[in-house]
Amino acid sequence: MAELKSAKSAQALRAIVVEGVLRQGCLTDAVCCVVPELYAEPAGEAELAQALKFAAEAGMQVAPRGGSTKLSWGTAPQAVDLVVSTAKLNQIIEHAPGDMTITVEAGATIEQVQRALAPHGQRLALDPLWPGNSTVGGVIATNDSGALRLRYGGVRDLIIGITVALPDGTIAKSGGKVVKNVAGYDLPKLMCGALGTLGIITRAVFRLHPLPETSQSLSFSFTNRESANQFMLSITDSIVVPTGLQMRTEASGVVEADVRLEGIAAGVVAQAEIVRRLAGEAKPLEPAGDPWQARERLFETAGSPTICKLSMLPNQLASTAEFVREALSVDAEWSFVTQSTGLCWLRVDAGTQVPGFISSLRSFMAPADGTVVLLEAPGVMRQELDVWGEAGSALPLMKRIKEQFDPHGILNRGRFVGGI
Amino acid sequence: MNATFIQELRSLVGEGLITSREELRTYECDGLTNFRVVPLAVALPSTAGQVQEVVRLCAQEHVAFVARGSGTGLSGGALPVEGGIVISLARLNRILELDIPNARVTAEPGVINAAVTQRVAPYGYFYAPDPSSQSVCTIGGNVAENSGGAHCLKYGFTTTHVLGLEAVLPDGSLVQLGGASLDVPGYDLPGVFVGSEGTLGIATKVTLRIMKRPEVIQTLLAAFDSTNTAGAAVSDIIASGILPAAIEMMDNLAIQAAEAAVHAGYPDCGGLLLVELDGPAAEVEALMEQVKEKCSKHSASEIRVAQSEAERMVIWKGRRAAFAAMGRISPNYIVQDGVIPRTSLPQVMDEIARLSAVAGLRVANVFHAGDGNLHPLVLYDRRIEGQEHDAEQLSGEILRLCVRVGGSITGEHGVGQEKKMFMSEMFAEPDLQTMQLVRCAFDPDHLSNPGKIFPRTPLCAERQGPYVPHPLEISGKAQFF
Repeated sequence: MAELKSAKSAQALRAIVVEGVLRQGCLTDAVCCVVPELYAEPAGEAELAQALKFAAEAGMQVAPRGGSTKLSWGTAPQAVDLVVSTAKLNQIIEHAPGDMTITVEAGATIEQVQRALAPHGQRLALDPLWPGNSTVGGVIATNDSGALRLRYGGVRDLIIGITVALPDGTIAKSGGKVVKNVAGYDLPKLMCGALGTLGIITRAVFRLHPLPETSQSLSFSFTNRESANQFMLSITDSIVVPTGLQMRTEASGVVEADVRLEGIAAGVVAQAEIVRRLAGEAKPLEPAGDPWQARERLFETAGSPTICKLSMLPNQLASTAEFVREALSVDAEWSFVTQSTGLCWLRVDAGTQVPGFISSLRSFMAPADGTVVLLEAPGVMRQELDVWGEAGSALPLMKRIKEQFDPHGILNRGRFVGGI
Repeated sequence: MNATFIQELRSLVGEGLITSREELRTYECDGLTNFRVVPLAVALPSTAGQVQEVVRLCAQEHVAFVARGSGTGLSGGALPVEGGIVISLARLNRILELDIPNARVTAEPGVINAAVTQRVAPYGYFYAPDPSSQSVCTIGGNVAENSGGAHCLKYGFTTTHVLGLEAVLPDGSLVQLGGASLDVPGYDLPGVFVGSEGTLGIATKVTLRIMKRPEVIQTLLAAFDSTNTAGAAVSDIIASGILPAAIEMMDNLAIQAAEAAVHAGYPDCGGLLLVELDGPAAEVEALMEQVKEKCSKHSASEIRVAQSEAERMVIWKGRRAAFAAMGRISPNYIVQDGVIPRTSLPQVMDEIARLSAVAGLRVANVFHAGDGNLHPLVLYDRRIEGQEHDAEQLSGEILRLCVRVGGSITGEHGVGQEKKMFMSEMFAEPDLQTMQLVRCAFDPDHLSNPGKIFPRTPLCAERQGPYVPHPLEISGKAQFF
């Protein structure tokens, strides 16, 4: 944007973002390495909607932002004129302990929500990355979920209501405050994983679950990946109902599996017995560090890694891990956290091999309905990589949805699947 | 044009076509019988390809179509459209793939809900969504309505269990929404398609998630003097951190009807609770003791745990038969499907009793008490002039009450034809217009089950205006989300 135009926009926005913050964008505001012209932190829902409406009318490219933990996810946009942050929309509106629901503003962090719930013996049964910083809106938009997914489902299964600001300034609500509700289209689900391309989430309502009385994790070391995968399948095929089940494996040949059991003590003890029996010859172990943080550790270890989210059928975990081993050169470092839902996170430190590796991995996984989405990649490599992979037959429909919600294409343009 | 259109339809589906007025009348309504429209024709395609060709023809000729499963819906979702056709999915009734290691089943839309569980039971699995009509309703119908059932308290609704769909869009294109694995990149299209009541297209193949059958299932029956004391016991059970597989409640009128119909052996009381726990044996046994304690604390006059699978089935039979059983105690009845925050149950029950007294009509109550889904049954006699009208009014009042306390007009039956005028009670105009954006993306010409869900048909080119708060919101009486 020309400087003059930018200055004019800033002036006009200043008249809208009165209570909140408006400033020049800086390096730390970068979205997929693209530095925005302006940064706005509206004071509330109404201010946010007005700012968005102005941006749309002025033809500005907007990137919504929550806790800035996943700003590098998605395809790099051509340009970002304005970052709209939900930082000031951070209130817990209503917790109804008896009804086990909570209404929160999009900028509240996951940890903030859990902290409010814990004294009531409740939780939002969701364990996304970096709960201390990641916000409710950001987690919805990126559809991030952890090990609890196995038992409680993902964001889509826990969200029951949503409020969204659209580019024309409309503030629209969908869903409700009750767990069971089929009135109208399920827009809360449509917003899950939409990466802010349809509107800016301002509020959400979730169903809650009781905090378990006890929690026990068991870890085992396996001699090969296939037997670890078989162990995981045998657990899901048993009467055990774990709240976490994963295999951790890496280039060094380490193959470890973790099972988490939660509930009342009697139930946990009885299930642990069955888990040990199903583990057979595998060696029980005390893992170094919390195994349920393994996914987060993939992102935190130093280096310039490529990190992908893989989704596959649960019986493909071992064969996919073996493919990774074979496809990369022996000196490449890689680390793989695979959950029994079929959702996995792979970290590869393998320099220039990566682009070729990703496309061959996609070809390997596609026949069994597997997908690979790039989350992090070294800046130099980003241009070469297709972040989302093949979009499938529904792409034209997805584009029509985008056109309806954001007819001028101002929200995160180009950052999503198929160039949306 | 009709004659040519019918001829072209015949060329696509051959003998799978109904055009005689007599036979068409079978399709004039679904489980909600007070709306009836005889369709122009009924097509019974046998393959996804035929569904696609029929829809393409409709798109080309601009003829509206309504997809239909078994026609058990309770909101008029499968009500035909004047001058339009019905596309019955009854012949697409094959289970295409069982994938037990990955706990997936791929089925055609005409497969009966209970048939999925029957098919996977030998492997120790079940399909969780269990609407009361599960022995006759279809997977396609369940997808359209996002059907629930007693066990969705713990296991979720149809949408929780649908991973992917192959669907024919209203323009005749065949697309894959979602897939067999989770989180297919892109918008959550299964999320928005499931529960869209046939307005976004027709599912031709559905990939379902199945669940491992729990080690133990225990069902408890507890008798209370009123629904309010039973409700207090429910709150106590939930507050203690127990998540039962199901909690059902029936009031005295509903108990009488169920007893008359199936002799379930229910105690005669003011409020009956049915609590089912499932999971690992050690856990269920310990938790069942807690549930019994909570019921005793709230002065349950009788507490009984089913001692055998047969006994458990009888208990459930009474509950499942509850709607149909109303015929035993009333010539006609309207079933409602409102949802309330569970904690407002006493307030809502008192208000329903008051409304019932004012209207001079009996209301029987059957609820999924764990999630606040009420099924008030307004009893009336159509032969008495004005009573049907009064019953409809009362039924509407009950829905408004649900919205007022922060609930919903429908928990599992869908909006359909029946409740579309109530959508404006629950949502403000900008909310409804935003939902219609989805409709415009899928079906800009409004050919797929037009006239359902929404009080008005949108003009798809039109863009919505700025936010206007709902009057209830301005007055501070309600918040909408």
